[in-house]
Amino acid sequence: MRGARRPPSGRSPRFKDLAIEKQGAFAVIRDRTWEERVQFARRWGITAAALGLVIFLVLLGRRHGFGVPEYLQFALDGLRGGSIYALVALGFVLVYRVMGVINFAQGAFVMLGPMLTAFFYEQGWPPVPGLRLALAASLAMGIVGALGMAVERLTLYPARRASPLTRIIITVGVYLALQGAALLLWGPYAKVLPSFTTMSLSDPTLRFGGVRVKAQSLWIAGTLIATVIALGLFFRHTTVGKAMRACAVNRLAARLMGIPVDTMSTLAFGMAAVLGAIAGIVLGPVTRATYDMGLELGLKGFVAAIMGGLVSFPGAVLGGLVLGVLENLWAGVTVAGFKDLFAFVVLILVLLLHPRGFAGAEAAVERV
Amino acid sequence: MGRTGFPSNVIGFAIGVPLILAIGMLEALRPMGLSLPALTGGLLTLDTMIRVGLFTIILVGLNLLMGYAGQVSLGQAAFYGMGAFFSAILTVRARTLSIPPALAETWWWPWVVMGMGALLVGMAAYGIGRPILRLRGHYLAMATLGLGIVVYILLRENMGLPHLNLTGGFDGIQGIPRLRLGGFLLWPAWRYYFLVWLFAFGAIALGLRVVHSRVGRALRAIHGSEIAAESVGVEVPHYKAMIFGLSAAMAALAGSLYAHFQTTVIPATFGFGPSLELVVMSAVGGMASIWGAPFGALTILLVQEALRTQLHRVLPNAQGEFEAIAFGLILVLIMMFLPDGLTVGGLRWLQSRPRLHIRFARRSFKPG
Repeated sequence: MRGARRPPSGRSPRFKDLAIEKQGAFAVIRDRTWEERVQFARRWGITAAALGLVIFLVLLGRRHGFGVPEYLQFALDGLRGGSIYALVALGFVLVYRVMGVINFAQGAFVMLGPMLTAFFYEQGWPPVPGLRLALAASLAMGIVGALGMAVERLTLYPARRASPLTRIIITVGVYLALQGAALLLWGPYAKVLPSFTTMSLSDPTLRFGGVRVKAQSLWIAGTLIATVIALGLFFRHTTVGKAMRACAVNRLAARLMGIPVDTMSTLAFGMAAVLGAIAGIVLGPVTRATYDMGLELGLKGFVAAIMGGLVSFPGAVLGGLVLGVLENLWAGVTVAGFKDLFAFVVLILVLLLHPRGFAGAEAAVERV
Repeated sequence: MGRTGFPSNVIGFAIGVPLILAIGMLEALRPMGLSLPALTGGLLTLDTMIRVGLFTIILVGLNLLMGYAGQVSLGQAAFYGMGAFFSAILTVRARTLSIPPALAETWWWPWVVMGMGALLVGMAAYGIGRPILRLRGHYLAMATLGLGIVVYILLRENMGLPHLNLTGGFDGIQGIPRLRLGGFLLWPAWRYYFLVWLFAFGAIALGLRVVHSRVGRALRAIHGSEIAAESVGVEVPHYKAMIFGLSAAMAALAGSLYAHFQTTVIPATFGFGPSLELVVMSAVGGMASIWGAPFGALTILLVQEALRTQLHRVLPNAQGEFEAIAFGLILVLIMMFLPDGLTVGGLRWLQSRPRLHIRFARRSFKPG
């Protein structure tokens, strides 16, 4: 279709019909091809739909008489949940890119992070609470990471030639087993992590104008930023990171270059498990950790990953934050029971209308 | 396949129908105090057999969709639930919906509702399927997952209309009437058992009919390659949506039968977990085989039942959590070592024993 001109018409071309293209040293103004125009219309249609959704939410809120501070408050609280979704989504993207598997066990790692941390924290050594929490968290992350790698080696690696559906079901089985193990070890009772700021159950609230922010929210946001920077540095500047990217682009070519692709898969799975554990640990002081918290967080994180196109790290982060904010707005203006509905309606809409998500041209989506 | 599949299906019915009849007669007459639980050490009860029959109806549809057409559905319990709640609402809440009692009190009204439910759910699924089935692979699985959760939340939250209290929220609907044929009540359980298995064998016959027909060949062509199927004149979107609709209608029928069997329906029976369980049953039985349906349902229900009743004999203080762990592990092991399921994998194993001289019709396509 490239080069196909729009049919001649009497009108002079409008701005949206023109494209500016660089050809050598010159900039050439030409008509857009039909293909480009469909994309253009589509992009604007989706932007309009998203804006319409936000306006709809705001209009719903008017019934409750919400003003600007309330909306700001909703958005800020939403960013907290969104940061968690983003961290979980990063794990999904990492595993999907390197191994081509959707890892339903991710939710179990999210649950194991705070459960293990709380377990070690309760041991009462070392006596300094801050040091104890840091030690407990690192131990938990290490254990979850090792567990992730073991799971990959023992279940997914032997089934590496099986169909994608078989591998998805395997991860579901792993999720069930891990959740059952948590129930066995710690029972159905909620575990409590102390706030990172005060090392006690009360979390200080900071006020900026009319908006309240819990100190733990800042920890969560900081963790997300630090994790994203660390991942960026890892993939850009270390040999292992570059090798992992090569596996994601083309497994066969990576193997031919001498990269041990199976080891990279194991490593990626372990890293994703650690990411999930981090998400769970920083969330721990906000909501109590229970053995069944993984399912919801895993699914929401997955929706965030889909919003980002499932292959893009920045897309996953953006998807998580946008999902968190919109979901919180939605929960604020509708019935409480409908909170979870939002994420999955968004999931279906994104898949149907714009399966690339925020990923742009990076994503090659399987779609007719 | 054509005619080659025919004799083995006759064998299937020749073994299956008398076996089911024998179990039913045993429970109906109880000769010399013998009963099914007594003969199987409490493992197999009539209740379990009725459930197997219900799941067989769903799984035949799911196998057609996943094993033959290659379209993954992670939200099949939604259609099961839609059927169950359709029957429950239109029989129990007839007065709220201002259906005249002269109509709602007749013996044939539940049967009409059952048929209507299957038809409407099937048509709705066709309508949803047209856009959703444009997606492929993981994306389709995720869209159906989202659909399943959306339906579950709508059922749980009274479909957003709390003043009508149609679905009864968390507690669901109680007091669904038993089915009658004129003055003949289809209860005690053994009478209902015969009804369910009549439908189950009907579903199997329908499934076999579809597989060995023009439609079945079209579905397998789609599974092989959609582009190739399209290029030889298969109307791909129509066939995919049609089989999606058929599987949904079968699930809805099973749901109606479940509602009249249990006389109580609650939304939790039709959530995300049950959807996964259906996929697991389908995979364990063997997706690419119609006869895999009853085997998959029976295996999973037996494993659950055995874990529930027998585990404490092996491990003295075992509780419910071991069930989840063991179920997860068994799932992982079956998927790793018999990814084609018990029927297909088992037949292949039999064929590989040279002493036995067993030959079955060669499969003309790759299952899974």
